[in-house]
Amino acid sequence: MDQFSTVAVALLAGSLRVSTPFLFVSIGECLTEKAGRINLGNEGALVLGAMIAYATSYETGSPWLGLLAAMLGGAALGAIHGAVCGLARINDIAMGIAIMLGGTGIAFFFGKPYVQPSAPLLPTIPLGFWSDVSQVRSALDVSPLFFLGIGLALALAWIFRNTRAGLKVRIVGDSADAAKAMGLPIERIRLLSTVIGSGLAGIGGAFLSLCYPASWNEGLSSGQGLVAVALVVFARWNPLNCIYAALLFGAAGALGPSLQTIGISKGYYLFYAAPYVLTLVMMILTVTPGRSLRGMPGELSLVR
Amino acid sequence: MTSQQLPPVLDRSYPLRRALEALLVPLMALVLAAGAFSLFLVFLEKSPVDFFALVWRGAFGSWFSFQNTLQRAAPLLLTALCVALPAHLGLVVIGGEGAVVLGGLAGAAVALPLLGAPPVIVQLAMGLAGVMAGAAWIGFAGWLRARRGINETISSLLLAYVALALFNHIVEGPLRDPLSLNKPSTAPIGDANMIGTLPGTEVHPGLAFGIIACFAFWVLIYRTSFGFSCRVTGGNIRAAQLQGLPVARLIVIACALGGACAGLAGVIEVAAVHGNANASLAAGYGYSGILIAFLARHNPLAIMPMALLVGGITASGGLVQRRLNVPDATVLVLQGMIFLSILTSETFYGRMRWFQPRKAV
Repeated sequence: MDQFSTVAVALLAGSLRVSTPFLFVSIGECLTEKAGRINLGNEGALVLGAMIAYATSYETGSPWLGLLAAMLGGAALGAIHGAVCGLARINDIAMGIAIMLGGTGIAFFFGKPYVQPSAPLLPTIPLGFWSDVSQVRSALDVSPLFFLGIGLALALAWIFRNTRAGLKVRIVGDSADAAKAMGLPIERIRLLSTVIGSGLAGIGGAFLSLCYPASWNEGLSSGQGLVAVALVVFARWNPLNCIYAALLFGAAGALGPSLQTIGISKGYYLFYAAPYVLTLVMMILTVTPGRSLRGMPGELSLVR
Repeated sequence: MTSQQLPPVLDRSYPLRRALEALLVPLMALVLAAGAFSLFLVFLEKSPVDFFALVWRGAFGSWFSFQNTLQRAAPLLLTALCVALPAHLGLVVIGGEGAVVLGGLAGAAVALPLLGAPPVIVQLAMGLAGVMAGAAWIGFAGWLRARRGINETISSLLLAYVALALFNHIVEGPLRDPLSLNKPSTAPIGDANMIGTLPGTEVHPGLAFGIIACFAFWVLIYRTSFGFSCRVTGGNIRAAQLQGLPVARLIVIACALGGACAGLAGVIEVAAVHGNANASLAAGYGYSGILIAFLARHNPLAIMPMALLVGGITASGGLVQRRLNVPDATVLVLQGMIFLSILTSETFYGRMRWFQPRKAV
């Protein structure tokens, strides 16, 4: 293989892998924000989910059980965030930071003994069976979670557009007054959206520890949970756009390591910054000051 | 309309009760957090009494440990100001860590070509460089908010990641001292240019800078028209705009001033502790500053005791870890619980009738 296709294959493989946690967290955050609340604590749910998934998989031998546990752990954090933000005068952004700190703290605390041992990982689907080139084969070993994420994004988009539940979430997010007039249980809907969103972030964490990079340590997350919040803004609160956004960010994240495969390692740290710079540039380009964005829930305290 | 008689103020003790509320609510939150953490320890079959005794010993028990606490509190004072000042405008800036590392890096970089010059000049240049770098970095986040409408929480955090990447790139690349083998760092600024310690202590002068900055910012926020404009903007941005306040400029200036503090914290760490810029600069001071600012409810004077508290908890971490055989993340768990509890307590302000103004009978 020539150098270009080596990089291209590595980039493809990398972006399929790197984008999956972004995908889950951004879908979860999209749901939470559609209900009118921001959850920066998804970063904590991601890290906690990664730890719980790895620990459960190691102790029980079943990575799928780990996945379930990660989802529950993330949902538990989301329940705290959702319940406290339901009280009067609570700043949901600050609360999210607290949840993030607390979640990572608990994950590091209980995760200490699991840094060394290796747990059974989630299986992959070998979509590259048709190719003789080993790089292509390993590149197309795609995790089923990737497809689960895409399926969830499609399902969420359909729910928002076509179902009663989706409409309720959108109303609560767009105008609390309207929701009140219709007699919708605002706090309960927001709590539920936060819990589910945070649970999805937990799955994103499970992907980190059980699929790629497939280990548990304290440096596992590099702010995916927070970048995902920016990503939702970029995706205009549309679950379908979340897929494209996640893939784009995955590719940006995979750029540095892909170039390393052909020996370009100069400026490694600068490539590491690529997804963050990309996020910033995207936000600068897409956000117009003084005008609310299309698709933005009216109750959101994010862009005012 | 000449003389509309105002009702006589009968509720003389209201200001006092309000102050008491501002003191008691966070205190209760701290006690509750300590209680919840004790339960957590009991659940793990560790003694909470031992834990808090060890924290006390490791943080305030002896002159030696107290100096250690002060040393750790010094940068926290400044990074907390980086959160507190923009907070008065209703902004949540959480990227102080980026300003800290870039401030330290700028200071260390500026010192290198000046190495022959008198120490005072080198130190001033370093301080200026650090302050400018920090101010530019957080000020940029403020500018994005004011002019482009981009949420400052997210942009400052993204900028912090970018800053860290830049820092690593420069420290391990262009400015790497070839003599630093295991731990990549810039060339040392030289012993002559270090800022030494406060007289009679082992504590570096950064503590004095931090305390001065806290007092100065208190005056700025509560006793100047600039601070008043900021608080009006934070209270109701529409009202501020209608009054003709330069909201965008206020946002940028407040963020830049906050960033300047965080940058100063970084450059002081270089000039007083490390002697060069290396990865130890990214020690999480920026993130602890967020916690402290919220604990202090963004009051610069309250930042001082809170920085002492958080600095003390961090300083005692090693001792606690060794004696109780718990992971180093224990401190993180405790901090998280305190943070949660303090934020939740916000909901109780104005809810308890006894603290509220009473009607004239």
